[in-house]
Amino acid sequence: MIHSPYVRKAVSVQRTMGLVLLALIPGIVAHALLIGPGVLVNLAISTITAVGAEALMLHLRKRPVAIAVGDLSAVVTAWLVTLCFPPIVPWWLTVCGALVAIVAVKHLYGGLGQNPFNPAMIAYCSMIVAFPALMSQWPPAGQLSFDTQLALILGGARDIDGITGATALDALRTGLRSGTQTVDAVLQGSAFGALGGRGWEWISVGYVAGGLFLLAKRIITWHMPLAFIGVLAGISTLFWLLDPGRFASPLFHLASGGAMLAAFFIVTDPVSGATTPRGKLLFAGGIALIAWLIRNFGAYPEGIAFGVLLMNMCVPLLDMKTQPPVFGHHKDAKGGGK
Amino acid sequence: MLRELFRFHGGVKPATNKSASTTSPIAKAPIPARLVVPLHQSLGSPAIALVEPGQRVLKGERIGAAGGRLSAAIHAPTSGVVRAVEPALVPHASGLREPAVIIESDGEDRWAEPEHINYRITPPDEVRDFVRDAGVVGLGGAVFPTHQKMRPGSGGKTRTLVLNGAECEPFITCDDMLMRERADGIVSGAAILRHMLQAEEVLIGIEDNKPEAIAAMRQAVAAAGEHMEVVAVPTRYPAGGAKQLIRVLTGIEVPHGERSTDYGVQCFNVGTAYSVHEALELGRPLVSRIVTVAGNVERPGNYEVLIGTPMDELVRLCGPRADTRFLVMGGPMMGVRMPAFDVPVVKATNCVLAADDKLFPPAPPEQPCIRCTECAKACPVELQPFELYWFSRSKNFGKAQEYHLFDCIECGCCAYVCPSHIPLVDYYRFSKGEIWAREREKAAADQARERFEFRNFRQEREKAEKAAKLAAKAAETRAKLAEAGTAEAPAAAEAPAAEDPKKALIAAALARAKAQKAEIQPQNTDNLSPQTQAEIADIETRRKALEAAAVPASTAPAPQAADATDLPDEPRP
Repeated sequence: MIHSPYVRKAVSVQRTMGLVLLALIPGIVAHALLIGPGVLVNLAISTITAVGAEALMLHLRKRPVAIAVGDLSAVVTAWLVTLCFPPIVPWWLTVCGALVAIVAVKHLYGGLGQNPFNPAMIAYCSMIVAFPALMSQWPPAGQLSFDTQLALILGGARDIDGITGATALDALRTGLRSGTQTVDAVLQGSAFGALGGRGWEWISVGYVAGGLFLLAKRIITWHMPLAFIGVLAGISTLFWLLDPGRFASPLFHLASGGAMLAAFFIVTDPVSGATTPRGKLLFAGGIALIAWLIRNFGAYPEGIAFGVLLMNMCVPLLDMKTQPPVFGHHKDAKGGGK
Repeated sequence: MLRELFRFHGGVKPATNKSASTTSPIAKAPIPARLVVPLHQSLGSPAIALVEPGQRVLKGERIGAAGGRLSAAIHAPTSGVVRAVEPALVPHASGLREPAVIIESDGEDRWAEPEHINYRITPPDEVRDFVRDAGVVGLGGAVFPTHQKMRPGSGGKTRTLVLNGAECEPFITCDDMLMRERADGIVSGAAILRHMLQAEEVLIGIEDNKPEAIAAMRQAVAAAGEHMEVVAVPTRYPAGGAKQLIRVLTGIEVPHGERSTDYGVQCFNVGTAYSVHEALELGRPLVSRIVTVAGNVERPGNYEVLIGTPMDELVRLCGPRADTRFLVMGGPMMGVRMPAFDVPVVKATNCVLAADDKLFPPAPPEQPCIRCTECAKACPVELQPFELYWFSRSKNFGKAQEYHLFDCIECGCCAYVCPSHIPLVDYYRFSKGEIWAREREKAAADQARERFEFRNFRQEREKAEKAAKLAAKAAETRAKLAEAGTAEAPAAAEAPAAEDPKKALIAAALARAKAQKAEIQPQNTDNLSPQTQAEIADIETRRKALEAAAVPASTAPAPQAADATDLPDEPRP
């Protein structure tokens, strides 16, 4: 090294990404135990695809392959793509998702650190638009054997309407749209557990555990999870209190769908998110608001992915408008801000 | 003793590595055979050499006078003979040579007659001049001329005098050891500074990882019966930055580009206070300082080193290991890599680190920024370092300045925590250098433009003046002509002045020439004898021949004269 500083903290992108992967494991374990081990197969498929695509793209872009593949960022993307897809999607859908994320969203924009959009969320949104039926088949807890899941993933058998139910969010939405049922009546259905979708609520708990680990390791800051959970809880509480017949409770919103995965792993993506403290709060809060609006009034049962992409677009503006004051320019510091 | 402390944003906690060099007391480094004393050893202008080769000098004799308001004198560190005043390699990363006084020591180390003044009764301006001539500069590393800071703020008062004993950089222990061993001198220096600043309170800030220094300073303050407060501040780099320490102790944030005096605070390094004590109480100028030698050496320690001592001779005292690759002046966070092993110790040298690959491993490959904002969390100035990095990379210097590039103190915290191993500070240095270069270019271009414009203006003005002169002359002639016209009607008829002034002028000139000719006609030679007339005619022909011969010679200087008109204009008033 030629110039100071000559010493460095023992940190690296690889370590950061490795810790994120580690933090995802509780949620994945709960997923495999409660819903079925199909998710593990999909994780393997997406990881292989993503890492292969990453290496190929780096080679085509004439960049050093080994270092960049070794940073594990492609693995994180692959795992997040898989975890927001239904666990029994056919293998080619997972491959498509991973390719979209790595090739189109990441490398066509310049590789790691350059993508304005969250790769996993673009993958999710493009696939749910292209294959709405496949992307809506969420198996209920513990009803599909591993063999069945494997057949669904690797084989072409898709006659599964009888065995896959709608998700909790989907069921609630359909129920309410029919105009005959209230929230309480819908929630009596078999898709629902104590808090949200049956089984899924425990996966959410796993994600929260992983998120707290990341907070403790200072990989993420409190701003985004707090703002996301706070706004989602706040606005759902308000409307639930106003009309509990039409609006689900805040607990339901937080425990359903990908709320907890999003709060700690998706919204907190550093590359495509806001960077200033105030910007982070606005960014994550905005996602929660859009997600709640789409869940209640939009065409899709889950709106977090669209919320993330819409807020990704606002990041440059958010960052620019929320630059924190620098040393000597605080209003409250004695002598400063004169 | 409980004082409310404030915190500054960010900061890092690198391994301090301080214990190894504090096991033995400060030792005196031997007098080297040859000392290289650079003339430029303070912020601002270099000193002006006062000695010539061959001249004998005594220890403490002034060999360079302060070269301006922001400058300080330099002195012979030991007695000996001046061998040369010439450019020598100085401890700067650039590897450039700068003028230095090279002294061959005689080994006697004989002091010059000390000068004394009583600062209590001497006018402050004279005390400041005395301190300047004693060569006292900030020994924390910035080498700001101390006399320039020894004046009270507005209203002739200073609220707080801060003594900086934080010493936050890893490895460096020179201030720690100085406080342990020479606390009395530091307190005495602080009392002088308090007097000069008319300070109401004195706070001595020391990081809490130096309990011995804190105890020694408290004892010295108590023994001197002074009202000074020794404050233990949390150990967190860069707590020793002047503005950070002022923030921690007083809560005041001094913005970039402003002086702390304007906020009622002034800050000195403890080593500087000790030098002030030596200069004003003992009459000894700054000829040596405490230097920590650490890193890849067998016996790290602190030495009192004469300014001008080659660093390799100093490091040799501590048993450097064979795999030492280079030397660093300063600490690992902000230190400067030395261009050679034998550069001299200067007033800014608080530490010499022997570096090897284990201690300072080569930088891992730079990876892309993932905007994790670790750097922003670590920045003590609360910048968004990654934004500055993006702007520097894209050479968007305007934006970089808008995002407070010049508030950056280059402490290195951001690069220290960066998981992508980006040498962030290098990017800021690059940007700052480019911006300075562009400003210089712009200033030069502005000057050139101004000169050009002034030249045009001057030429226009000269033309106008010439024209005005001519016009005035013409008007004068016309007026004369008109006068003549009224008197002599025939002449007026020959040249109708009112109708054609040009013709009138020509006619007037012709008339004048005619008149002159007529006047000249009767010469004093007319009434001379023919013999004399012949002689005159002879002389006339010879003169004409000579004039004809002289014509080519007289035309020769003409191009020179033409050149002279193209010489650059003198600077405008």
